[in-house]
This record gives sequence, structure tokens and C-alpha cells, in this order.
Amino acid sequence: MVPSSYYLILSAVLFTIGVIGVLVRRNAIVILMCIEMMLNAVNLTFITFSRYLNSLDGQVFVFLVMTVAAAEVAVGLAIVVSIFRLKETTDVDEINLMKW
Amino acid sequence: MELALFVVLAVIAVIAAAGVVVSKKAATSALFLLLNFCTLAGLYILLNAQFIAVAQVIIYAGAIVVLFLFVVMLLSPDKEEGKDRKPYTRIFAVFLAVLMLVEVGYVLFTGVLGGTTGQYTPEKIAEVGNVQAIGQVLFTDFLLPFELASVLLLVGIVGAVVLAKREL
Repeated sequence: MVPSSYYLILSAVLFTIGVIGVLVRRNAIVILMCIEMMLNAVNLTFITFSRYLNSLDGQVFVFLVMTVAAAEVAVGLAIVVSIFRLKETTDVDEINLMKW
Repeated sequence: MELALFVVLAVIAVIAAAGVVVSKKAATSALFLLLNFCTLAGLYILLNAQFIAVAQVIIYAGAIVVLFLFVVMLLSPDKEEGKDRKPYTRIFAVFLAVLMLVEVGYVLFTGVLGGTTGQYTPEKIAEVGNVQAIGQVLFTDFLLPFELASVLLLVGIVGAVVLAKREL
């Protein structure tokens, strides 16, 4: 059987790649994609622990996390679309009206 | 056998994740994200979570990535140039993220990772099937979060429609 730390390391690496994507990219849609990747990395951690602790709570939690992620993506993309209508760009560096 | 499958899926998942971050076009990033989600579904099957694997393919790969592709095609954001950031910000961001990875790795290798062991061993789950077992837990212990999730979805639908209308 594969040791649980292998899955946990993979999850940590995926989460870190998601964090790098959020910090480095400037396109708002790609930033949302990297947030989804972070959520998936955490899902992998939950399912790993659910398997290695003989519990189903992790899988139910992942089900609810997927629900929240779907709702968040829908609303987030609606926000990106309405900002694009205003400023004709998806570059997050351009959305700086509140900058002093 | 299981280790070989895990290594193959893990390598593809990490390469796809790197592809999401590195791609120049947003559409290529969305396709790499799709590959990442599908390999994660394979990993869930390895971890004896068949229902979650299918839900991952249906919800994430089948709905969320499609939504991303719709928005990418609608907005056609191909102008990634503009005022460039200072060159050290990227390096600093990568350094901070790698620092966080080192922290997590330290906790993994020296910490005591555990929790209360439940009673749902794979053999016990295999008696009734994974879907029925999750249903048993979801509708008894987790009934309130389940109902709240449906309210959350309703709020999400109303919010997305209101935000995307041209005139209220």
C-alpha cells in the first residue's frame, strides 16, 4: 500500500503550484483557475486522511467543498465578466481605482 | 502496481499544474487544468473514493472547466502585456511559496499526523458500496451541512445571474 505521506506531499506540491499561480499571473481568469487547483489539492488531503483513518467524514467534506467551489467559480466568473464590461481588460493590475 | 499507478498519475498531475501556471494563453491553462482534474479523479479511485472520483469528473471537469472555457472564449484575453511588474516580484513570490512547501514538508516528516480512527474500513464500505455508505453518513451526521449547501447553491445562482445582467 502506498504510504499516506506520498499523497500528502503531492497535495502540498499542488497547493504550492496553485499559490505560485495566484501570485505570479495577471489574468483574472487564470488566477481563479489556480484557486480551483488549491481547492483540489486540499480535497486530495481530505480523501487521503479519509482512507488512512477508515472514516467517511473526509469524503463527505470533499463533497461539500466541491459544492462551495462550484458556487464560487460561478460568482467569481460573473464578477470577472462585469469588470471586463467596465474596463475592457482582465488584467488584475489594471483594477486599481482604490489605490492611493 | 498501486505504487506505479500512483507515480504515473502524480507526475502527470504535477506537470499539468505547472502547465496551468506557465501557459501564455488562458485557453491552454484551462486545458491543463482539465488534465489535472482528471488525474486527480484517478488518484481518488486509488484511494477507494469512487463516488468522489465520479463527482470530480462531472462537477469539476464537466462543469467548472467548461464554464472557464466559455468565459475565456467570451472575453478573449490575449493581451498579456501592459505595464510589467518589477522583476523581483515573481522571484519573491516563488520563494515564499517554496518556503511554505518546506514548512508543510517539515510538519509531514516530523509531526504526528493522526486523528480518531473511524469504523468505515474498506471491507465494511465494500459490503454496501461506496455511494450508499456516503449516503448513510451524509443524511444522518451531515444533514445540516447538506441542506445549507443547497441554500448556498441557490444563493450562487441568484448572485451569478444578477452580477452578469446588463441592466438590473
